[in-house]
Amino acid sequence: MGVVIQMRVNGKTQQHEVEPRLLLVHYLRDVLGLTGTHIGCETSICGACTVLLGGKAVKSCTLLAVQADGADVVTIEGLAALGGNGGLHPVQEGFWEKHGLQCGYCTPGMILAAVELLQTNPKPKEEEIRRAIAGNLCRCTGYQHIVDAVQYAARKMAAAKR
Amino acid sequence: MATATRYMGRPLKRKEDPRLIQGLSHYVDDLRLPDMHYVVFVRSPHAHARIRSMDTSRAQTAPGVLAVLTGQDLGNAVGVIPCAAQLPEMKLALRPPLATERVLFVGEPVALVVAVDRYAARDAAELVEVEYEPLTPIVDPEKALARGAPVLHPQYSDNVAYRWELEGGDVGAAFQKADKVVRQKMVNQRLIPVALEPRAVVANYKPGENKLTVWSTTQIPHLLRTQIAAALGVPEYIVHVIAPEVGGGFGSKLNVYAEEVLVAHLAMRLGKPVKWTESRRENFQATIHGRDQIATMELAVKRDGTLLGLRCHILADLGAYYQLLTPLIPTLTGLMICGCYKIPAVRVEITGAFTNKMATDAYRGAGRPEATYFIERAIDMVAAELKKDPAEIRRKNFPKPKEFPYATPTGLIYDSANYPKSLDMALKKSGYRRLRAQQAKLRRQGRYLGIGLSTYVEICAMGPSSAMPAGGWESATVRIEPTGKVNILTGASPHGQGQETSFAQIAADLLGLEPDDIHVVHGDTAIVPYGIGTFGSRATAVGGTAVYTALVKIRDKLATIAGHILQEDPQRLVFRDKKIFLKSNPAKSVAFAEAVGAAYIAKALPAGMEPGLEATHFFEPSNFTFPFGAHVAVVEVDPETGEVHLQRYVAVDDCGNVINPLLVDGQVHGGIVQALGQAFLEEAVYDENGQLITGELTDYAIPRAWDVPRLETARTVTPSPVNPLGVKGVGEAGTIGATPALVNAVVDALAPFGVRHLDMPTKRERIWQLIRKFKPTGSRPATKRVGDGRGRRGRRKR
Ligand code: FES
Ligand code: FES
Repeated sequence: MGVVIQMRVNGKTQQHEVEPRLLLVHYLRDVLGLTGTHIGCETSICGACTVLLGGKAVKSCTLLAVQADGADVVTIEGLAALGGNGGLHPVQEGFWEKHGLQCGYCTPGMILAAVELLQTNPKPKEEEIRRAIAGNLCRCTGYQHIVDAVQYAARKMAAAKR
Repeated sequence: MATATRYMGRPLKRKEDPRLIQGLSHYVDDLRLPDMHYVVFVRSPHAHARIRSMDTSRAQTAPGVLAVLTGQDLGNAVGVIPCAAQLPEMKLALRPPLATERVLFVGEPVALVVAVDRYAARDAAELVEVEYEPLTPIVDPEKALARGAPVLHPQYSDNVAYRWELEGGDVGAAFQKADKVVRQKMVNQRLIPVALEPRAVVANYKPGENKLTVWSTTQIPHLLRTQIAAALGVPEYIVHVIAPEVGGGFGSKLNVYAEEVLVAHLAMRLGKPVKWTESRRENFQATIHGRDQIATMELAVKRDGTLLGLRCHILADLGAYYQLLTPLIPTLTGLMICGCYKIPAVRVEITGAFTNKMATDAYRGAGRPEATYFIERAIDMVAAELKKDPAEIRRKNFPKPKEFPYATPTGLIYDSANYPKSLDMALKKSGYRRLRAQQAKLRRQGRYLGIGLSTYVEICAMGPSSAMPAGGWESATVRIEPTGKVNILTGASPHGQGQETSFAQIAADLLGLEPDDIHVVHGDTAIVPYGIGTFGSRATAVGGTAVYTALVKIRDKLATIAGHILQEDPQRLVFRDKKIFLKSNPAKSVAFAEAVGAAYIAKALPAGMEPGLEATHFFEPSNFTFPFGAHVAVVEVDPETGEVHLQRYVAVDDCGNVINPLLVDGQVHGGIVQALGQAFLEEAVYDENGQLITGELTDYAIPRAWDVPRLETARTVTPSPVNPLGVKGVGEAGTIGATPALVNAVVDALAPFGVRHLDMPTKRERIWQLIRKFKPTGSRPATKRVGDGRGRRGRRKR
């Protein structure tokens, strides 16, 4: 017994009939094939599944696909387009420049959490960055280079506005 | 042919990142094959029970179900889970892939369901009915060894897995001569590795080609291939293992798991591609755990602080069955127990115990964090006992730089070091003396600053095959294609460490090319020659040396070809800027691509030379390497709440020569923060029934960004003489060096409350109780709440 849902994902309209219990993260990964969104816990702790929903960072393992009906979703695969310069989004660039990732598993979620932060707080202090990404676990980097990456992106975005 | 270091030593950004930051990479769970089916395991809810009966009939007929299998159904089709360790008189405890008669830990698989999707498989797994007869769980390793304790493996008379001992020097005399003996029992608690990517396996069998392909989240693709072939009784050449993108391992994927072998079997048995993805709960219950050692340390010292002897007994809780290296890990603790100190006499006894828990095995550091923690805590106790500065006790007992290579009484040869230098640098960088003054001042105000030191040495670059259970060498093939681009096939299996970049840096320098001309391939047994894998901080020191040596071979061949073309002595040629030229006259040159082309066109090669450009090297190291360093942690403890605030962390590490400082910093940061997890937050807890009560990330805290201050790192560089790159390895330094520094800092902060030792994790309730319990002989130390709003980090309620 499916439910028909429709949403915009990375700028493209998607429509599918899904089981009501299907998690949004499984919809993105298994139905749409957008496997850049990862699963690290399914209990809303690790943040590996973070996507932007209506511009806000949400954990897609905590939502049912049907709850996102009508929403506008951005996953890591669609982020570069938000950067507006044809290349990488400044946050992606920051992660590359500052070695903000090792195994890369937390990275898509981490990047999207940082994108949301910089939308609301373009000049975050280190404390604020650490607080903003506290819902995203990384077991590899010790977070320092991630903080550097977000600071890099903040500078870069500020410079682009000037 | 001198090598210019244009890229080695530079902080190049990583070649692997573009795919990872755009969601374009593929981890095992990202793979989808046509007609793929999903596996879900039915696992024991009991720590110890007899299986009375199993009924799979309802599950068999559930929607979407393809197969439901129990251990009985498998029969002998799948062999036991292998253990590579062999210790004298070690009892065997090999695990069947699915339990048939008894279950020995919570999470042990008893049946499996294969269905069209994961939801259907999960639904059907609920319908498998298993009737258990609970048996007495054996949870506490000390009680497991008590006389009359119930026995876990009925074929044996007790729960002792093995006893291992090591003695060097005259221990009896050392303790007789001692002015003081410092004794302490310490617990190095059980941890859960928590690689952020849970384990996953996909397998596909093509009967026509007789090819079984297995994608697995593994650190050891070749060893896994061998073991899958052995367990399934098929020739190794039909098995192809791929470790695609792997989301962290930390030793937890350095193993051969029941699920890997079973999923491979299912693909052959059912003739369909199958996938299993671990849930985080399964990851907690049924992926290896780390540490879990109880040590009783005794140090014999002279009044002036000179160490004379060490006795140590370690009780290691191994869990119910062995995984790949389970029994070996505590022996590494034994070997490294002297740390970076000259201790002339040492005796170590290890008892491994079976309990109804998941197996312990290699978790980042694997035995060395335990050794370092035990000796570094003990050294601090010596300092406290003798009322000396912990830095001075350490310095007094270091072997001098000129004494290297230094032979330990445990039979190791430390390759190279300058311990005083790293200690001095750490003290200076942290402003140690000022910190001590500040501590004294704050104490008078009722505030408790703690300064913790750790000077560590670790054993890396694992290792000479003579000292390893299944080969300690590593392989590399360098293949230069006719177009002049370079492929490096490495037996190492990086999963975040960045060797696609660092190996390209080595190759670019040796061949005078750009890193973009180099492509590093790993983790695919059909492409890469047999290799050992990534663990034990070995990928660069052993794998990188194999790469280096293969590159030297190929460079020699190219030099011979170029010398032949130029009619010059190959020895006098230089590789740079994509050219091979005469050192004394750069105008006399041949393009790199031209020399490569000549090897393939093969019309004008020197007489007797083979065509083609490929070189392979299997590098066998002559010794381990021994990185070292000095760390300083500064904490403040709130005496009202017991909360610990980490204020500063200074780390000076020496991992020999550095290929890419950015990657080294990343390894150091990550390791320190994992150590912080062990010191302050993490503990895998089984209750008295053997239930894992820290069963999810909701109950097991790993560090978050706000738990950590900005880490202050620095390096000394003492090249290793063991390999031509002079590198030592750095993957585990943080978890080894940092745990004792952090705990030493907490204990130091609590010294005014008479605290001499505190087991990890140093949770606030433990600290609060110690402070409450304190009965001052003089006046009670003043206490003052560490106020909020002072912008301190690490405020976190649990
Ligand atoms: S998978 Fe969603 S928070 Fe971990
Ligand atoms: S980079 Fe591996 S978990 Fe963050």
